[in-house]
Order: sequence, then C-alpha cells, then structure tokens
Amino acid sequence: MDKAQLDEEFSELYRAHLRDVYSYAYYRVGNHHDAEDLTEQTFLQAYRHFERAVGESDGRPLRPWLIRIAHNLAANLYRDRSRKPQTPIEDSDTLRTTHTTEDLVEGRDELARILDGVKDLPDDRREALIMRFALGMDNREIARAMGRTDGATKVLLHRAIKQLEEIVATKEG
Amino acid sequence: MSETFGDFEGLLKRALAPVDPPEDLAARMESTLAELTTLAQDELESWELSTMRDPRNWVRPVAAVAVGTTAGAALVLLRVRQQHRRRSSRASDPLDFAERTLRSVADETRRILDR
Repeated sequence: MDKAQLDEEFSELYRAHLRDVYSYAYYRVGNHHDAEDLTEQTFLQAYRHFERAVGESDGRPLRPWLIRIAHNLAANLYRDRSRKPQTPIEDSDTLRTTHTTEDLVEGRDELARILDGVKDLPDDRREALIMRFALGMDNREIARAMGRTDGATKVLLHRAIKQLEEIVATKEG
Repeated sequence: MSETFGDFEGLLKRALAPVDPPEDLAARMESTLAELTTLAQDELESWELSTMRDPRNWVRPVAAVAVGTTAGAALVLLRVRQQHRRRSSRASDPLDFAERTLRSVADETRRILDR
C-alpha cells in the first residue's frame, strides 16, 4: 500500500471514529480540555503506527486499537500528574452538554446518580462500561481494546453493571 | 446482558451518552494531520547534508523523522550505532567522524523511508 492510500485510509478511520475517541477520552479524563488533548494525541500516535496496525489487523476493525491507544495515553497522563482527576466526570457539565432536554426533564437526578456511581467503579469496570454504553462496542471489541478474552470481558461487564446498580441503590437509600 | 439489568442498562446508556467533540477540534485535527504529513515528507526530501553542518538546522528534520517514522527513527539509530566502530576506524579526525556519522544517519533514514 503506498503512502497516499495509507493517508486516505487513515483519514477515513479518523472521520469514522473521532466521536468514539472523544467520548472515551471525555468520560475517562472528565473534562473537555484534557479530552481534546487526549484525542489529538491518540490520533497522532495512531498515525505513526497506522501502517503496521493495518498490516497486523488482518481486516478486523481498528476501533479497539484506537481506544487502546487512548487508554494507554490516559494512563500515562494520570501517571505523569501523579494523581487522578479530582472530579473524574464533571456531572453538571456532562449532563448539560451530552443530554437532550427531554432526558434532563425526565430523569436528571437519576442520570446524575448513575454518572456519580460510574466514577466510583474500579478503573477496568468503568472503562468497560464506557466502551459498551458510550461507544456501543460489542464484547469482542471491548476484549481486544482491553487485552482480555471475550469470556473475561463478559464477566467484567456483568460485574460492573451489578456493582454500579448497588452503588446507585445505596446512594438512593 | 441479563434481563435483570434491562431497565438499568437503558438508564446507563442514557447516562453515558456519546459526547460530540467541539467543532473546532475536528478542523484543528485535520489541519494538524495534513501539516504533519506534508512536513515529514518535505523536510526529509529536502534534507541536504550540507545544510546539516549548522546545528541550528537539525531540529526540524529530526522532528520530521520523529513524527513521520518513529519506529524507523529508532531503526536508524540502531543501525548507525552498529556502524560506529567502522566509521571510527576510517575517520581521520573528530570533525571527519562527525561528518561520517551525519551522512550515515541521512543514508539510513532515506533507506528506511524508501522501503
């Protein structure tokens, strides 16, 4: 594959998954400023390694690979700063910017409690839920992004939802 | 997922709604990627050894290598290091050795980019 063709394919990948990477980044780092940085860094790193990734993907979708890059960069971001974000998800801002008016009218408190619960989950469970529900990834994609087996991913998601349900119920009580 | 979680999953999906990136991010990203592609190509194509005698000219081509071919750049360094002893024995003086090293870096970079 020549460079022009590679660049064209990368542009398609970028256009198809900008929203996915940004959504993942936003829910991972919790604010728009860092999410923008993380999204840019993810695509720059993806660009550097794109040819090899295409060769090794054997025709499989590259979204898990992109999300894995974002995951690694986010981990580095936290390590460099030696801290986790003080507010992993800016609840009020998130609800205002990511939800329709109808959603807000119908269940703002409930959605806020769920978002609040998500940030209390262990990292791997929170990430699995973000990939599943914000990005709509299936178990196989999540497994590839997280470097786990399909079976382990299914269990992880099940436990994440169960734990979150318990957290939310506790907050309600 | 199990039926037990049916309703809760619906709420979870609404809570974790996809987030649209800011409008200017997409434009900025496309511009950055286009610039990097062009920069990496242009800088490497115009990398004349004569201009590399001035250290002030080293930054941009090195950045281009880093951006365009990070893995390739690592390979360049590895190969240049492997040839260190041979260049050292052939060099007449430190300046000659430095020039041979620069030429070796340029040759290896071109070889990798031409693959």
